[in-house]
Amino acid sequence: MAVLVLAEHSNSALNDATGKVLSAALAFGGDVDILVAGENARPAAEAASKLAGVRKVLLADGAPYGKPVAEALEALIVPLMGAYDALFAPATTNGKNAAPRIAARLDVMQISEITAVIDKDTFERPIYAGNAILTVRSSDAKKIVTVRGTAFPAAGAGSGAPIETIAAPSGPFASKFVREELSKSDRPELASAKRIVSGGRALASSDQFQQYILPLADKLKAGVGASRAAVDAGYAPNDYQVGQTGKVVAPELYVAVGISGAIQHLAGMKDSKIIVAVNKDEEAPIFAVADFGLVGDLFKIVPELTEKL
Amino acid sequence: MKVLVPVKRVIDYNVRPRVKPDQTGVDLANVKMAMNPFCEIAIEEAVRLKEKGIATEIVVVSIGPAQAQETIRIGLAMGGDRGILVQTDARAEPLSVAKIIRAIAEEEKPGLIITGKQAIDDDNNQTGQMTAALLGWPQGTFASAVVKDGDKLMVTREVDGGLQTVELSTPAVVTTDLRLNEPRFASLPNIMKAKKKEIAIKSPADYGVDITPRLSVVKVTEPKKREAGEKVADVDTLISKLKSAGAI
Ligand SMILES: Cc1cc2nc3c(=O)[nH]c(=O)nc-3n(C[C@H](O)[C@H](O)[C@H](O)COP(=O)(O)OP(=O)(O)OC[C@H]3O[C@@H](n4cnc5c(N)ncnc54)[C@H](O)[C@@H]3O)c2cc1C
Ligand SMILES: Nc1ncnc2c1ncn2[C@@H]1O[C@H](COP(=O)(O)O)[C@@H](O)[C@H]1O
Repeated sequence: MAVLVLAEHSNSALNDATGKVLSAALAFGGDVDILVAGENARPAAEAASKLAGVRKVLLADGAPYGKPVAEALEALIVPLMGAYDALFAPATTNGKNAAPRIAARLDVMQISEITAVIDKDTFERPIYAGNAILTVRSSDAKKIVTVRGTAFPAAGAGSGAPIETIAAPSGPFASKFVREELSKSDRPELASAKRIVSGGRALASSDQFQQYILPLADKLKAGVGASRAAVDAGYAPNDYQVGQTGKVVAPELYVAVGISGAIQHLAGMKDSKIIVAVNKDEEAPIFAVADFGLVGDLFKIVPELTEKL
Repeated sequence: MKVLVPVKRVIDYNVRPRVKPDQTGVDLANVKMAMNPFCEIAIEEAVRLKEKGIATEIVVVSIGPAQAQETIRIGLAMGGDRGILVQTDARAEPLSVAKIIRAIAEEEKPGLIITGKQAIDDDNNQTGQMTAALLGWPQGTFASAVVKDGDKLMVTREVDGGLQTVELSTPAVVTTDLRLNEPRFASLPNIMKAKKKEIAIKSPADYGVDITPRLSVVKVTEPKKREAGEKVADVDTLISKLKSAGAI
């Protein structure tokens, strides 16, 4: 049996998500290969080859794969799947974009955002914003799976797997990458941050979000997140959104500031190790999941906390 | 350009789902149901395209039980022109739904299909992408802006690091993210008008699609409960608690 893992990377570096998908693939069993599809992506392929448990790394290098559209990944991966029993992709926006296309082309139902591998056919995944856990059995011969990174451990270091260069379809494809505006930040990215400070609607403006949330995050060396309400109102960029339909995080410490704790928000952070909530409403649902709750005005509490840390 | 909008009837997002004691699923008896919020955004986008003179007709499609007709009616009251209900009481998985939408698209020949990015019940996030793949069409997923540029569509996508823009040839599939627009409420006169709009009732067999599920439910259980902790009196106490917990 063989499994193909789709790597998440930036061409020059491997993203932590890859190692977590690898852990899920190793739990599934069989020989595990990692596919690095990129442009000038040898550094990412080399990093992938140093993960423990990898049989080999496939490097597909070509212009369309620098910022690959789903159609390009589909054209590359569908033919490869003849040699594999399963594709494990990260539940990142990139993985979620491409994997269902591959599943449909193979006439397979994708199993989305798994949090556990039970056996070759059986997986666990959260549904209804994490309010229920589904154990699901697939009757498809091939498995197409996306993996929720927070549910699996990082991969260990290995002794170095071989890197095999493979040909990549060059297109043109029916969609084309045009441009990207990435939020610039020196802070840890949400998916891998050990600590996260998130702000909600209560921050009331972009200026105050920056004035109150960022210094606290700096003090804690934390990543910064936000509720949907804060993002919709323009206080924080869209990629800060934590929740059912945003990012799922599970840091050591999650500080929720002025966030009520709607089920859609909880879905994205309730597996954090320690949760701190600051909210002026003592009945706010966020307190039902918080290890430590502080009832009061964030505009007083947050500066004091930042100062005293 | 004709626009096809698939909509799903799901549990209302304000309702807290309850797992059935026999672990067969989530209890939907006597629970408020609504249109999946991402589908409302899809309808709104189609209606705006029509208001701009880009869309000519909006066809609202749902695969589901008889009650999914109500969901289609909401779409028609928001500005859809007619509906198609592919009626079934069986569970239709995204792959089956995508196959049915493909068959409808082959008949209706839309220039654009707009789906939600995700249905908030099963949280699958697959149907739009699968539909695009089965039709061999390009896709712009997790859209926060859709602009027509000649015969191309420029779609701005919400991605992990920020925003990305892709150019699609048409026909194409777009899936909606939260920031694409704010859906309107259907006005009472429009709700009345929608009652007269046509909804064709079909079955999966009419489209030659076998909807036998590939995934079977072994069980559905409650997630691990997180115990509420304690309220602390002040910042100093919080800091000392965090220190003793090893969090800072
Ligand atoms: C389809 C769908 C998907 C969604 N996906 C997500 C998602 O992924 N992530 C997400 O977060 N939400 C999501 N939501 C939205 C969610 O339902 C809530 O609306 C949102 O999380 C609320 O954000 P909030 O807690 O910042 O705002 P509010 O609910 O308005 O809460 C603000 C809180 O701040 C407190 N407060 C006000 N002033 C102060 C002060 N001075 N000091 C201290 N506290 C104060 C208030 O007591 C209140 O509890 C989704 C909704 C839908 C319909
Ligand atoms: N049964 C259905 N009927 C019509 N549209 C659906 C159905 N299921 C899913 N969709 C569409 O696909 C989107 C994504 O759903 P999913 O892939 O199930 O998360 C939804 O927002 C709908 O637009």
